[in-house]
Amino acid sequence: MIEIENVRKSFGALEVLKGINLTVAKGEVLTVIGGSGSGKSTLLTCINGLEPIDSGRILVDGVEVHAKSTDLNKLRQKIGIVFQQWNAFPHLTVLENVMLAQVKVLKRSKAEAEAEAAKQLNHVGLGEKMSVYPSRLSGGQQQRMAIARALAMSPDYMLFDEVTSALDPQLVGEVLDTLRMLASEGMTMICVTHEMKFAREVSDRVAFFHKGVMAEIAPPEQLFGAPKDPELQKFLAATH
Amino acid sequence: MFNYNFRWNQALNSLPQMLEGALVTMEIAILSMVIGISVAILLTLFRLSGNRLLYAIATTWVEIARNTPALFQIYMVHFGLGGFGIHLSPYLSLLIGIAFNNAGYLAENFRGALKAIPETQTRAARSLGMTPIQAFQNVILPQMLRISFLPMTNQMVWAILMTSLGAVVAMNTDLYGVTSDLNARTFRTFELFAIAAVIFYVITKVITLSARLLAARLFRY
Repeated sequence: MIEIENVRKSFGALEVLKGINLTVAKGEVLTVIGGSGSGKSTLLTCINGLEPIDSGRILVDGVEVHAKSTDLNKLRQKIGIVFQQWNAFPHLTVLENVMLAQVKVLKRSKAEAEAEAAKQLNHVGLGEKMSVYPSRLSGGQQQRMAIARALAMSPDYMLFDEVTSALDPQLVGEVLDTLRMLASEGMTMICVTHEMKFAREVSDRVAFFHKGVMAEIAPPEQLFGAPKDPELQKFLAATH
Repeated sequence: MFNYNFRWNQALNSLPQMLEGALVTMEIAILSMVIGISVAILLTLFRLSGNRLLYAIATTWVEIARNTPALFQIYMVHFGLGGFGIHLSPYLSLLIGIAFNNAGYLAENFRGALKAIPETQTRAARSLGMTPIQAFQNVILPQMLRISFLPMTNQMVWAILMTSLGAVVAMNTDLYGVTSDLNARTFRTFELFAIAAVIFYVITKVITLSARLLAARLFRY
């Protein structure tokens, strides 16, 4: 379970998270929507400790992420994150990309890591591409590789930060299909996204962020069907 | 005016000795590069560490190595340290002097290479649970060495040529030293130094070509 309690975060004078309270249960798929600068991506990077927070706290399975005593490297093994920019390691083949952290962080043997990498790459439809370098892959394929790389760490939670935003439109579908597949398998996921149709289909709940505040959170049929927050109404009108 | 009689045969008889000197030259250059690259990586880490003292050490090193003559650097190792009671052989003085110079230039190359690697690479590595050191070693370093490969080849060529500066510390077993000794005995100056120059040229060409072949094998991405 991920518990976010009254989290505040500023970049200089700009407060990007103004007291966020949110709980994500095991197995839940939460999507987060909102305009740019609403703080939704920052929240994700705070959850896995890549960004410090100013006040409040975030608990992952009861462990406080930003406590001094917390071993972040260990905690991050539980929380996979995939970014808008997929960040393939260019000097490693697709297979090696997915093996690296398994061997170095989880101390799996090469054979184990390779078997797991092959499994995850097949899972995201890259079974044919394992021996090539990332430069030979399309953006959508690189993004799916990044997803496989995170999944190979056997995380309990997956965070997706606008994973389709940097892709050509015709490549968005293949990545969303991968996310749908994960959701249907019961992975606990928080997806920050601009894909409204996707959010409506896969989410258990949808949260709308506006200027650092979680303005509304509800099951998709309610949030999209009968939005209460006036800013959300405006946002939905503008994106439809 | 031109009454110099070329005696190539006499000079060529010394070729085996000169080739032995060439081996010493290559040995020093290779060792100085191995040390230079290792120290340059360390200096790069110093500059990334965020620690002011380490940063100052690394920056001072780079500034001295790049902005003073290599000849002074070698001279200081031999005679400068000698003043403090540290007496090194000509061989060691030359090796350390060139390694010092290599490390300074390479650290600067590495700094440039790091700028070319997106910061998000480190973030991706860290988000997979790697420690900062693991991220550097497995993700950043290999890319940094690739980007710096050509400058490293150039530095290797420089290292070969810098061995001739061993003259100032009375180094007499490398290619320059051997040639110089032979010249003192025979005065076949033009012939001996022409042969030595050709040997230098062949060595540096072989290095450049092998580097190119090595790059093609190493960097298939």
